[in-house]
Amino acid sequence: MLTCKEVSKLVSQSLDRRLSLVEWAGLRIHFLLCEGCRHFRQHMAFIRRACQRYPD
Amino acid sequence: MDNQTKSGPISDGALEEYRPYLLRYALLQLRDNTLAEDAVQETLLAALESRSKFSGKSSAKTWLTGILKHKIIDLFRKQAKEATQVSLEVELESGAGDFDLLFQPDGHWNTWPQAWADPLKNLENKKFWEIFEICAKLMPANTARAFMMREFLGSSTEEICKDMQISATNCWVMLYRARMSLRLCLEHNWFGGNFERK
Repeated sequence: MLTCKEVSKLVSQSLDRRLSLVEWAGLRIHFLLCEGCRHFRQHMAFIRRACQRYPD
Repeated sequence: MDNQTKSGPISDGALEEYRPYLLRYALLQLRDNTLAEDAVQETLLAALESRSKFSGKSSAKTWLTGILKHKIIDLFRKQAKEATQVSLEVELESGAGDFDLLFQPDGHWNTWPQAWADPLKNLENKKFWEIFEICAKLMPANTARAFMMREFLGSSTEEICKDMQISATNCWVMLYRARMSLRLCLEHNWFGGNFERK
């Protein structure tokens, strides 16, 4: 099982490269169980979105 | 600022109106007043020369920002050639473990990331962007450059690796640190609720 620290790195990398199937599955399982990391993933998605919209 | 008429050439005066916006954009990326002013000046000159090509399909702001992005990428490339690799290596090394404190030894979060309430609404808030800019400027120089290239200028990680002469792994590390620091800063200074958002 991935740790939250590993998950945070993979979530960031998922914005820069295609994850392997194993990595992707590891994230899915972790997200099912970990609300903190689900929030973290939303934060990362928000940051990307914000940069694209800067500043309206 | 987006009151540009849909067709016809843009007047000099109308172009000039975009200068403050372009300068703010350039400054966030380049972090240097002189460089930013030069980039904007070149952008406006290039826009003057090619304004007949401006179709009016996109907004003038989008068109000008597009030109500016190219100028910024050129400047980054020039910097990469001139800068010594040392500062980049030092930055990579000294930043190692920067975010370890966020995690317990077993890899769990020390403080669980909380939901950010209705985050997209913040994008309409001028104060949010002021905090965002302050937070972005806290990143170390090379980390910021990798981040800006990726998220603002639309470069692929391959392009960033090539331009900055770093490995893909180091590139991912820098982008990770950039996002972590931005997230932390926004959480503390904006979403954490310590800030008057009205």
